[in-house]
Amino acid sequence: MNFLLGAFKPACNISITFTDGKNRKQVPIKKDNGQIVMNPLFQSQETIAGKIHIDPYQGKKVEHNGVKVELLGQIEMYFDRGNFYDFTSLVRELDVPGEIYERKTYPFEFSSVEMPYETYNGVNVRLKYVLKVTVTRGYAGSIVEYQDFVVRNYVPPPPINNSIKMEVGIEDCLHIEFEYNKSKYHLKDVILGKIYFLLVRIKIKNMDLEIRRRESTGAGANTHVETETLAKFELMDGAPVRGESIPVRVFLSPYDLTPTHTNINNKFSVKYYLNLVLVDEEDRRYFKQQEITLYRLKEEAS
Amino acid sequence: MIADDDEKWLADDIAAVKQNAFYMQRAIDSNNLKDALKFSAQMLSELRTSKLSPHKYYELYMRVFNELGTLEIFFKEETGRGCSIAELYELVQHAGNILPRLYLLCTIGSVYIKSKDVTTTDILKDLVEMCRAVQHPLRGLFLRSYLAQVTRDKLPSIGSELAGDGDAQMNALEFVLQNFTEMNKLWVRMQHQGSSREKEKREKERNELRDLVGKNLHVLSQLEGVDLGIYRDTVLPRILEQVVNCKDELAQCYLMDCIIQVFPDDFHLQTLDVLLGACPQLQPSVDIKTVLSGLMERLSNYAASSVEALPNFLQVEAFSKFNYAIGKVVEAQVDLPAAGSVTLYLFLLNFTLHVYSDRLDYVDQVLGSCVTQLAATGKLCDDKAAKQIVAFLSAPLEKYNNVVTILKLTNYPRVMEYLDHETNKAMTIIIVQSVLKNNTHIATADEVDALFELAKGLIKDFDGTIDNEIDEEDFQEEQNFVARLVHKLYSDDPEEMSKIIFTVRKHILTGGPKRLPLTIPPLVFSALKLIRRLRGGDENPFGDDASATPKRILQLLSETVEALSDVSAPDLALRLYLQCAQAANDCELETVTYEFFTKAYLLYEEEISDSKAQVTALRLIIGTLQRMRIFNVENRDILTHKATGYSARLLRKPDQCRAVYECAHLFWTDECEKLKDGERVVLCLKRAQRIADTVQKMTNASRGTSSTGSVALYVELLNKYLYFLEKGNTEVTGDTIKSLAELIRSETKKVESGAESFINSTLRYIEFQRQQDGGMSEKYEKIKMEWFE
Repeated sequence: MNFLLGAFKPACNISITFTDGKNRKQVPIKKDNGQIVMNPLFQSQETIAGKIHIDPYQGKKVEHNGVKVELLGQIEMYFDRGNFYDFTSLVRELDVPGEIYERKTYPFEFSSVEMPYETYNGVNVRLKYVLKVTVTRGYAGSIVEYQDFVVRNYVPPPPINNSIKMEVGIEDCLHIEFEYNKSKYHLKDVILGKIYFLLVRIKIKNMDLEIRRRESTGAGANTHVETETLAKFELMDGAPVRGESIPVRVFLSPYDLTPTHTNINNKFSVKYYLNLVLVDEEDRRYFKQQEITLYRLKEEAS
Repeated sequence: MIADDDEKWLADDIAAVKQNAFYMQRAIDSNNLKDALKFSAQMLSELRTSKLSPHKYYELYMRVFNELGTLEIFFKEETGRGCSIAELYELVQHAGNILPRLYLLCTIGSVYIKSKDVTTTDILKDLVEMCRAVQHPLRGLFLRSYLAQVTRDKLPSIGSELAGDGDAQMNALEFVLQNFTEMNKLWVRMQHQGSSREKEKREKERNELRDLVGKNLHVLSQLEGVDLGIYRDTVLPRILEQVVNCKDELAQCYLMDCIIQVFPDDFHLQTLDVLLGACPQLQPSVDIKTVLSGLMERLSNYAASSVEALPNFLQVEAFSKFNYAIGKVVEAQVDLPAAGSVTLYLFLLNFTLHVYSDRLDYVDQVLGSCVTQLAATGKLCDDKAAKQIVAFLSAPLEKYNNVVTILKLTNYPRVMEYLDHETNKAMTIIIVQSVLKNNTHIATADEVDALFELAKGLIKDFDGTIDNEIDEEDFQEEQNFVARLVHKLYSDDPEEMSKIIFTVRKHILTGGPKRLPLTIPPLVFSALKLIRRLRGGDENPFGDDASATPKRILQLLSETVEALSDVSAPDLALRLYLQCAQAANDCELETVTYEFFTKAYLLYEEEISDSKAQVTALRLIIGTLQRMRIFNVENRDILTHKATGYSARLLRKPDQCRAVYECAHLFWTDECEKLKDGERVVLCLKRAQRIADTVQKMTNASRGTSSTGSVALYVELLNKYLYFLEKGNTEVTGDTIKSLAELIRSETKKVESGAESFINSTLRYIEFQRQQDGGMSEKYEKIKMEWFE
């Protein structure tokens, strides 16, 4: 039994370690099968270096036509699953064709890699970075090993960040004025604001603030838009009267948000909206949606 | 049905609370912050229900409240374990639902304040601001009530270790005020939600919740460092602003009362104008009486409790402020019924009487204000108002127990003018009763004048109204009061007393025919009393021009009594004339006495027609005349002659007989030798006997139907003879008596006279006198009767 199993096993074990692997921050990533694994975190312009160990199984030798490592940035559309579009591809040859008898270690380094896009796991699209090690063999098929890693890019706070202020209403029925303190929020930010009721003729039951993500994939006629509500945060309970001003304070940190992505490689966009929803006693919904920009701010403390 | 549902929902909610509380407790025991938050939020979610009535909701709230206590302790411990409180403060705000989020926020907020990590002010401000998010009245009220509850013992005050500085303290104040304002808004809003059909039910429910709102005021009053200045400049105006602006009857009523009850007396005193200034701005439907009465009662008690407070009352002019305020209230509330405004003045009056008992001018001012008010509404017609006004007018009476004081109140009668006459009468009786009960000494004519002016209701008829429905008995009773009142008027100074009498007379004469017979006698007797007093003193201490001479008074009385004869009460008039005559006699005023007799005779002749009345009147005349000493012979003769003449002209013979033998006394006066005319005495008796004879004949003629009359007449005559015999009238001879006795004996033999016992006792008397020693037996020696042999 063991023998048989051994026959179908790859001839060697390949492992990839990063130079600062122990200290590097790991972030959770959800895999296809729903499992959550921790992957190291990088950002653009970082040097990605490490070692690759090739460990033949006991008593076996590995004959190969060369060993190489690739750094790939891939976009995968779910309607076209398994078909990756590589927007970044870097290769390092590690070995010339030959044979490996015992454990062999190859250092590698991609210095100052340009990784413009962030890792993203959406409803219809995925953007991921991966290190791919290939031991090329002629007849038996190449041995391939992948190591995912995560890229997040930090941006400085925007120099201009106006508040969102707007008066909306239905004539003779409902007039409100709302204000959010900014139009651009970082991912751990707090939305502050207030909702001012100028006219209330309907019986409001409650008021929520929703954070919605709009993911559009494809281009032109094939554009596919998927909207999901990531958060539903109750702002108000009961019916206000004219002149009431309701405070808004929403912490963004509990929610699984990403920065706003605009037209990533012509493949997809991710936008965020704040949706203010008023529900009346007959469960009619009155809402107003406002786009906000999310960005990732370098976390000072951590 | 609904109540059942209510119970069921409550039971469900409580079960859910219990369950989540259990899990929360377990998470707390294992120091699992995340789960503790999760389950506490779930537990708190039960408070999001809209199904429960306020009462049941309160029950639910109390359950949750108890559990939150545990959570608060846990939060405190958690911060000890290195979890920063600021983080916790953020963490609880991740809760998706607003109500659990805010409850948690308040809970952690209270821990935060205690931790002294941040300025208390910031947290308080944040909490009270965030709580705006709950606009549902019931849930909002309870949430804010929770906020007030958990922060209550943590509010910074001067001297407290939490106090950053004076600012913090001001801000704590701001916090409570704002919380109060918001709660009140929510509370008021409850009224306007839902269908109008359930208005009453809602009002009831709201009433159950009022203490949640009121508690804030209590907290304010407990807040350390709130001194008069702060109260005056910040607290009170802010509260009042809210109270006035909410335009809600229930709230205004309750909160005004709250303000009055929770803050100290001297604050009220110093801020009276502000507090009172708010009153006219309240809704017309607010029962402002209760509010003001509460305030005045409190201040009255305050004044009563400490003597030092009194100068403050004067200093702040509490009275005029109240007076002004009430005027304003009445002015502002156009629809206020008369009863309402009168009640207001009643409270003011009570207050004034309590606090300023020595300030009659204030009392008078109150009355004056009331008059002004009444002038606008006209006469009071409804019972309630009448009742109030009676209470209003009685208050000073009860306080001072002295009508004389009341008489100094110029506005008092003016108020009375606005009463309908039923009420007026009732009020007058109260006044009079007060006089009688307290034995009030009313000693000057001016006072008397004022009093009678006041008591007009009893003394004269109202203009043009003649109601026949007056119960005779009641009327008598009323006039009885007047009569008693007249007797109470007394001055030691005869001059003044006579003035009093003049005054009383002036008033009484306006009384009309029904009253005069009842009111004149006391006046007359009161005057006679005075005359007697004058006579007792020096001849004439005042000189000739003084009004208080007996003559003048008698003159007056003569005129007064004359009024009686006009109103067909001749019997009474006659009696009074005779009384006067007697007084005049005592004063030795012959012509006056004579005049009175003339008048009496005139009355007798012209007005008294009933035979029985004639008998009585004649007796009186004879009796009085017998006592007269001052007449000269001529006058006396005229009068006696007339009297005798009247006697003989009486309708019934027995009456004639009796009257005639009574006349015999007119010729025999013990004290005065010259008035002993034995001859004429016997003449009279003889004449009487003759009449008796006629009676006897008539009786005999109609025997069978018999009357006992004549024999009794004879016995009476016999007694008269005996009387004069004893008095020493020499004209009375033994023979006369003997023959009379014989006559009696023969008559009694003929018929059963019915007068046996009278005869026998007379005879026994004669026998007895005969046995006596001394002069009497001698006189009786003359009588020798066979009867006794």
